[in-house]
Amino acid sequence: MATEVKVGQDERKIVQELVQNHGNKKAELIPILQEINREVGYISDEAIKELSEKMSIPSSHIYSVATFYRMLSTEPRGRHVIQFCESAPCHVAGGRQVWQTLKRELGLLNGETSQDNKWTLITTSCLGVCGVGPVMIIDEDIYGNVTPDQVPGILENYE
Amino acid sequence: MTYYRSHILVSVDPQSIAKGAYEIMDALQDELVKQGLIDEVQVLETSRIGDPELVGTDLMVYPESVHYVNLTLEDIPLLVEEHFLKGRVAQQFVLEEEEFVDEEMSAPQKKEIRVVLKNVGEIDTFNIEDYIARDGYMALGKVLTEMTPEETIQTVLDSGLRGRGGAGFPTGLKWKFIRNAEGNQKFMICNADEGDPGAFANRRVLEGDPHSVIEGMIIGAYAAGSSQGYVYCRAEYPIAVRTLNTAIEQARNFGLLGEDILGSGFSFDLEVRMGAGAFVCGEETALMASIEGKRGEPRPRPPFPAQKGLWEEPSNINNVETYSNIPQIIRNGAEWFASMGYKKSTGTKTFSMAGDVKNTGLIEVPFGITLREIIYDVGGGIKDDKKFKAVQTGGPMGGCLPEAYLDLPMDYEALAEAGSILGSGGLVVMDEGTCMVDIARFFMEFTQEESCGKCTPCRIGTRRILEILTRICNGKGKPEDIPLLRHLCEQINENSLCGLGKGAPNPVKSTLEHFLNEYEAHIYDKTCPAKVCRALIRFEIIDGICTGCTLCARNCPVDAISGERRKTHIIDPDICIKCGICEQLCPYDAIEIK
Repeated sequence: MATEVKVGQDERKIVQELVQNHGNKKAELIPILQEINREVGYISDEAIKELSEKMSIPSSHIYSVATFYRMLSTEPRGRHVIQFCESAPCHVAGGRQVWQTLKRELGLLNGETSQDNKWTLITTSCLGVCGVGPVMIIDEDIYGNVTPDQVPGILENYE
Repeated sequence: MTYYRSHILVSVDPQSIAKGAYEIMDALQDELVKQGLIDEVQVLETSRIGDPELVGTDLMVYPESVHYVNLTLEDIPLLVEEHFLKGRVAQQFVLEEEEFVDEEMSAPQKKEIRVVLKNVGEIDTFNIEDYIARDGYMALGKVLTEMTPEETIQTVLDSGLRGRGGAGFPTGLKWKFIRNAEGNQKFMICNADEGDPGAFANRRVLEGDPHSVIEGMIIGAYAAGSSQGYVYCRAEYPIAVRTLNTAIEQARNFGLLGEDILGSGFSFDLEVRMGAGAFVCGEETALMASIEGKRGEPRPRPPFPAQKGLWEEPSNINNVETYSNIPQIIRNGAEWFASMGYKKSTGTKTFSMAGDVKNTGLIEVPFGITLREIIYDVGGGIKDDKKFKAVQTGGPMGGCLPEAYLDLPMDYEALAEAGSILGSGGLVVMDEGTCMVDIARFFMEFTQEESCGKCTPCRIGTRRILEILTRICNGKGKPEDIPLLRHLCEQINENSLCGLGKGAPNPVKSTLEHFLNEYEAHIYDKTCPAKVCRALIRFEIIDGICTGCTLCARNCPVDAISGERRKTHIIDPDICIKCGICEQLCPYDAIEIK
């Protein structure tokens, strides 16, 4: 599922709604950040500023939390995010070759977004489906038992 | 009043009805009347028993507990005759075990004893009544009506249950500490941040039997004197989050959570909090920081969470699997649990097998079983019947154990003595095609990435180790690297603030000890014996076998292969990126890795 990047006004409204629904206690910070990440695609400076005001938390704290957790991004991401499991069980099951193929097909290194903004390629830590490794997630679709020759076909499914 | 000798429960959920469940019921009634059995056998409706996709219209017969599936109208007379007149199970209509295809969990293998995994895959997760039907919440009822908190704690102590998250601390003792602690409010926390690569037992329990965890937590809360609990579940497990939330809501509706549980006067409620992608949040103090809305950074102990935990209040943290054992311990008794296992490790443990083993997936076995039995008897041996090389136990903080340790009985103490840990129960099996230096580097990469950065030995020490290992794998190793690695391992282990740092050197330490020859080959001979490290291997086409079919040249992504049709081809080592595609494709096995 691709996310549309909403800018400026929209972000402030999203933040306001989230704080209203979750409350403004510090313990709600991470759930709120997760929702912003999901709706906007990443956590922008605008969002951090608005959140800081609404929750009375210093923006430096919010920034330190947002950059600590892997699933939260402070950089814009592509329309489709590919997360490839880089952990040992997938690696041992043939993950290395799949990873090489992915990087080659997309022309991207780990963490990069393509010029046309279509793809972001990142590695993820263990997703807990090691029985079917190698594993990768594109947006919210999980692919298991991936082999290098399957990669081009899988990528073709996404606009 | 009529006493029936048998009950038939016909599954009448929407999908079964669409497949003709009501017609089946009518046919059953008619046949029973015809055979004069209508006063002896009662036909009832029930909710979903099996997955309608797999079992069609199905029914259960009690007291024998036989599950008949995929029934058609024509089958009914035969079924009634066989089962109720002749008193025999009508085998042709019974569900066969093999039909259930689950890549992560097979039907129980020999040597398995499923306690925590008992209900997983066998009940409807989204229906609390299924759990209750299997004695669910009976333990809670017993505890609230017949036992004091102190008696509850004593039972758990007597069972010998130890923390299944890896540390192995006696659970009863933990509960005793928090019971005796002073604070405004006490918290029960469940650590569902299963981050160990290769471990997914917690995930399956949360997705397949969440109520066992919830019931365990409520019982613990009663024992501890706690009124509020949290399940901290990693965000990478969205299904588990969903099953947990549904289960909690259903438990509330049934009066099993919330105010005045089962009319006992005891109140306790539960909430799910999600992680956001940080392995270190599996560490208990980091976990609590995360719940509080901060960076997941551990802090020194003492004070321990039982004294000052979440928001400085007494808190008890246990793993998913630990809580999941509690209901059965209460129901079946401490002696039952303690009768299984080995020495000081009582009960069973789940193990997740991954890597080069034939049957990857989840198993649950009593402590004391050997590694050899797990890998060969339950795991089916090495994939493609290759040779076993090593097994890494307990997650990224565990050591790699070679063949000499295969007869090690699995328990907390034995593994620690061997230089590894039991940890979460993850087992990564490696065959002869694995380079142990590369594996050590690989685990260090993971730990380096996940280090929270707070303390110097871990933050900088793991980076230095990673740099050295990377150099070695690239053919730039130096003799002084080995003593330096040993020194770093010692320093990081002794001076790190939390378990992540302390355990981070274990893969390196254990591979240095058991596979020193591989390190030496990389450093002195600049070769990789397992032919994995790309900088140290060469792909070569064998003259005499190559037929010049050009398949490799056409598929080489960097055009490193040249040659004429029907003549031996050649790979240019300067262009070759060692992706391995040519070697995989060659129909004549003419390409060798040197």
